Amino acid sequence: MSTHTISLLVENHSGALSRIAGLFSSRGYNISSLTVAETDDATVSRMTIIVSGEEEILEQIVKQLNRLIDVIKVIDFANEEAIEREMLLVIVDTSKSNRHEIIELGTIFGARIAAVAPTSITIEIMGTRRHLDDFVAMIKPYGIKEIVRSGTIALAQSRK
Amino acid sequence: MRKTGAQILIDALIREKVKVLFGYPGGVVIPIFDVLYDTKELTFILTRHEQAAAHAADGYARATGEVGVCLATSGPGATNLVTGIATAFLDSIPMVAITGQVASPLLGTDAFQEADIVGISRPITKHNYLVKTIDELPLLLKQAFHIARTGRPGPVLVDIPIDVSRAVLDDYHYPESASIRSYRPNVVGHTRQIKRAAEAINTAKKPLIFAGGGIILSGAHGKLLELAEKTNIPVTTTLMGLGGFPGTHPLFIGMPGMHGSKTANFALQECDLLISVGARFDDRVTGYVAKFAPNALIIHLDIDPAAISKIIKVDIPVVGDAKNILTSLNPMVKPRAADAWNDQIKEWRGGQLFTFTDSTTEIKPQQVISTLYRITGGEAIIATEVGQHQMWTAQYYVFDKPRRLLTSGGLGTMGFGMPAAMGAAMSHPGIPVIDIAGDGSIQMNIQELATLSLNRIPVKIVILNNSYLGMVRQWQELFYHKRYSSTCLRGGSLCQECVGTGECKKPYIPDFIDLARSYGIAAFRVETPDQVEQTLRDGLAVDGPALMEFIVAREENVFPMVPAGRPIDEILEGS
Repeated sequence: MSTHTISLLVENHSGALSRIAGLFSSRGYNISSLTVAETDDATVSRMTIIVSGEEEILEQIVKQLNRLIDVIKVIDFANEEAIEREMLLVIVDTSKSNRHEIIELGTIFGARIAAVAPTSITIEIMGTRRHLDDFVAMIKPYGIKEIVRSGTIALAQSRK
Repeated sequence: MRKTGAQILIDALIREKVKVLFGYPGGVVIPIFDVLYDTKELTFILTRHEQAAAHAADGYARATGEVGVCLATSGPGATNLVTGIATAFLDSIPMVAITGQVASPLLGTDAFQEADIVGISRPITKHNYLVKTIDELPLLLKQAFHIARTGRPGPVLVDIPIDVSRAVLDDYHYPESASIRSYRPNVVGHTRQIKRAAEAINTAKKPLIFAGGGIILSGAHGKLLELAEKTNIPVTTTLMGLGGFPGTHPLFIGMPGMHGSKTANFALQECDLLISVGARFDDRVTGYVAKFAPNALIIHLDIDPAAISKIIKVDIPVVGDAKNILTSLNPMVKPRAADAWNDQIKEWRGGQLFTFTDSTTEIKPQQVISTLYRITGGEAIIATEVGQHQMWTAQYYVFDKPRRLLTSGGLGTMGFGMPAAMGAAMSHPGIPVIDIAGDGSIQMNIQELATLSLNRIPVKIVILNNSYLGMVRQWQELFYHKRYSSTCLRGGSLCQECVGTGECKKPYIPDFIDLARSYGIAAFRVETPDQVEQTLRDGLAVDGPALMEFIVAREENVFPMVPAGRPIDEILEGS
């Protein structure tokens, strides 16, 4: 099993997402992360997909993505260096006694406090998937009320 | 020009040179049928089921190379097209399917006869569109035809809500071109890759050409013949490629795979260079993939980059149109004289590629097909259904020219043949159009006898009646201890009355002769071998459609046979 981060430029209209997702689901592959939003050109969306599977089958899926009429460009970051970022919001249980400790932990990870309430604190944090995983592991023992992750976005590293 | 959506659709079809349209009306396509009522430029054929309309459009496309077009209403009309669209998709057949849709404001409300056909057909179309406004209708129609016929061809579905059909566009003009930024199929092969391929061909000791349906789709048969004759390289073609290389040519060694010739399978396993042209290494061809062509360097010419290394690892891929690539490649290859490799192939081949034991007491299905081949001189368009008769057709009707065999290779759709033959006959090919069918398959679209009869479409139907779903029965005989579960068509469900007796006293239902006559179609039944030829001649001589039923040996098997998942040189042969 290997994990690929695939970036796609696609036509910004209905049906495109479903066609793309269908190529993964027809193989029984689950997309572990998916982000979509318009680019600077309103007719084009950029999609970032993270998926795990057999290396050869993923290569095959990438070729099939290229074949879709709605897909303008496919970049498989298995072959290119990428800058990857993800955002996370988490509401953590707090008490008077441990609030300071949690904030300090957040500071170490470069997080921001988004909101504070009498028995909880909302933290926002951005970084690589790994960074966020590490943070979640540290914060979990305090009690996670709710958590949301944005899914990864990625761009090829510019050398120019 | 001021036109309604329905008028724009019909105008677009005429401008795309569509001559025949197959379909069925319904609530949301009444505006379109209203326009058809006065249209003289194209012929509309009313089928008796939408599935047949899709297969007929497909058959028309296979026989002519033009885009086939079918039309159905929303909901059940659209879902009835699905099998036909999937059949065309798996065999890369250019088709445009037009469906009506409920009015835009009702979309997604479970309106009467609403089905999300764009969603349903997404995995079985090359592309599809839901038309949202009349403004985009002309361009989307242009794009649909462009996508269907270019690159690796395939079906495109256009779903048109009734309010779009009824709306009026003031300044309609049909677009000249359909430039799509994300769709530019690569048709010219990479020069360096073609050179590498030529070098490999020039140094190979045991080369073999393996050609598929891509030869026929790209019109590359002439170039393929040129390559083979220049180099004396033997040629095997897949089921979809039959007719892409002359079946009577001395270099032809038959189709490979599960029911292929021994020669083709041995050659594949023994060759040191496999030149694959427009074939996609289907599992019915490769058998156990890890042991397929184990000694060969593999060149793969294909227009679809996604077909490269999909099933087997390719050494020299060349992406592009087969005809273009062969046009560049042929001058680069050196002439090669027939040598020991050709001798080896000749030795494997012996006399005939396929043989069967004939009988004087019962009709052998292979005999019917051989006789049909002989008396038509190979000059016919042959459609098939799916099953044993399809394989016997591939083995015993020899195809010298492309677009003469219409068969559902990829999806394996029973019920395909008769409507496909109907579509082909509507192109007025000037040669007989014959559907070779089993008694099971023919019943899957039997209602089309009405379409044939009423429009006097001169399709000749040859039914090889063994009263079984023969191919499944063959597998049950060979791999399931003769437990013929639900494959005998004489008994009802799970009938076991004849077990141990070998004799069934039940009459066959339906009586195909009475049935055909009730549709006003000439019909003939043959029960003895000595009448086979005369009946075929009589049936073919009928002016208009005709049905010929041959009561054949019940438990005849298709041989050779490679059991599924086995290497293709592990061949079972019949007695």
